[in-house]
Amino acid sequence: MAFLSYLINGLSLGSVYAIIALGYTMVYGIAKMLNFAHGDIMMVGAFVAFFALNSFGLPVIVSVVLSMLATTVLGVVIERLAYKPLRQATSLSVLITAIGVSYFLQNGAQLLWSSSTKVFPSIIGNGALKLFGGQLQISYLTLVTIFVCVAVMVCLTLFINKTKTGMAMRACSEDKGAATLMGINVNSIISITFAIGSGIAALAAVLLCATYPTLSPTLGSMPGIKAFTAAVFGGIGSIPGAFLGGLLLGVIEILSKAYVSTQLSDAIVFTVLIIVLLIKPTGLLGKKLSEKV
Amino acid sequence: MKTNKNIFAKLFSREYRSRLISFLIIIVGYVAIELLMATGNLSSMFQSLLVPVTCYIVAALGLNLNVGVSGELNLGQAGFMCIGAFSGVCVSGALAGIIPNGIIRLLIAIVIGALLASLFGILIGVPVLKLQGDYLAIVTLAFGEIIKSLINNVYVGFDSNGFQFSFVENKLKLTPGGKALISGPMGATGTQRIATFTVGVILILAALAIIYNLIYSRSGRAIQACRDNRIAAESVGIHVANTKMLAFVVSAALAGAAGALYGLNYTTLIPSKFGFNLSILILVYVVLGGLGNMTGTIISTIVLVLLPELLRGLQDYRMIIYSVILILTMILSNNEKVKTFAAGLRKKLTGNRTKEAAADE
Repeated sequence: MAFLSYLINGLSLGSVYAIIALGYTMVYGIAKMLNFAHGDIMMVGAFVAFFALNSFGLPVIVSVVLSMLATTVLGVVIERLAYKPLRQATSLSVLITAIGVSYFLQNGAQLLWSSSTKVFPSIIGNGALKLFGGQLQISYLTLVTIFVCVAVMVCLTLFINKTKTGMAMRACSEDKGAATLMGINVNSIISITFAIGSGIAALAAVLLCATYPTLSPTLGSMPGIKAFTAAVFGGIGSIPGAFLGGLLLGVIEILSKAYVSTQLSDAIVFTVLIIVLLIKPTGLLGKKLSEKV
Repeated sequence: MKTNKNIFAKLFSREYRSRLISFLIIIVGYVAIELLMATGNLSSMFQSLLVPVTCYIVAALGLNLNVGVSGELNLGQAGFMCIGAFSGVCVSGALAGIIPNGIIRLLIAIVIGALLASLFGILIGVPVLKLQGDYLAIVTLAFGEIIKSLINNVYVGFDSNGFQFSFVENKLKLTPGGKALISGPMGATGTQRIATFTVGVILILAALAIIYNLIYSRSGRAIQACRDNRIAAESVGIHVANTKMLAFVVSAALAGAAGALYGLNYTTLIPSKFGFNLSILILVYVVLGGLGNMTGTIISTIVLVLLPELLRGLQDYRMIIYSVILILTMILSNNEKVKTFAAGLRKKLTGNRTKEAAADE
């Protein structure tokens, strides 16, 4: 029973990683850049939700929508101001710019909201589903987290495979030049990608803070790195890959915390990542690119 | 006379000029700082930055060899520094009774730090250099995090029976007179500060000599060939994995040496200092200085270390300004108009120089 409960906790943490990783992987798939500021966009979402809930006393749903709107706008603005001028630049310049944006968001948050940690209010309550005569308890929060993650995943897959914009996104990720020739506005597609990725990051932020209720300006960095790892784990650029990678990473982290050692869980997670990449260099579900001579 | 002139002509030729400039910057900078210190004109804040700057420069030079010359993105340079720092601390602590001279102990620590870091470089490089692009970046990132969290859980002590190790929990039973060198998350405590600025400068000069000799050698040209076109390099008989490995290991060794110097500059040192952020910081020095440009790396490291200190008057806003400068530099240096302007300027300058040279002849 203990194992099952750890497994479910792992899936819940993994769901949060998966949602963040989806944003990473979409941006990578279409803009071919590692957006290291993604975790910090998530942090801003967490703060917006915190103030909406705490200072303005808005209902949970309204706060979540508000925070999603805020990060969506933030993502698009960042893309326009910082990344768009670098479309033709080397990937390293874009990487450094993303790091600059990450510093900017972190220090801006520290300036605006001070670095003292705040406690995120409980949004779902402490109720739990009791199974097997009370032997297995699953909190409603865990269930909601897993449910939201699956819903986001399903919606995204439908959006990308069934809608016209989704088709344009797939075209851009395959070949930007050809997509432009087909009349697709690549710039607006990249903006839409940033908007979606940043929007769902706010969702992840609220779920993460509901589980681990401490807020600080550096809140986004470690989940950001973990989610990036999850995206690579599953094969960066692949949406089902990010989902699978996130869930696996969460499960591995919680299980190694429970059975091996709390302090070594990060080392174990990253070691598993290295082993996976050595066996399958493009990640679990990544496409193998053939080299053209 | 003629041969003499030829030597000078060679030294100031395009190929040697950049090398000469980087050595000169370091030597002139060193003399200037020593003079300032001797006359008491250097504030204690700047004095405390001297050794760390030399460490950052050495680590950044190594990373530039890896990222700029070999073209592999490495996000784990801090991991190698971490290995160098803590092995250096252990070596220095263990030898304290045998070799009282600080400088000799420091040099031994630096050599051992470099050796251990390059050993880990080989271990991680063998499987990893088969991967390409962003995947190599993530594996080196993972490696850095693994090293950090392993050293966070290591306890090392030294007593009359030699080194004692313990993992996760502190189970060291030291004999009287023994001392704990690394105590898990507390890191290294009670380290004797034996790092000096002079040794740091010598380390930079050595790093420059190693890197330039490598770049302009047969292996160096092979490294650049692999960066520019892997397949073409393979087809002329270059062993790509081994060649990339050379750059990777030299880079790791330099980071290890820098780490040893860094570790011996503080009485206490925690492992979490060597996280992802430090790797990124060093990468920023390299990219802002210009990929493959060692002089640029030296200048950008010095400027970027000093920048937050100089902005200290602005207090809370300094890191925001720092990040805006970072973003603007990247955007401007990739702007077409700025690029053409810079190219025009350079042409004007070098054009004048060739005219002067022609007049000399």
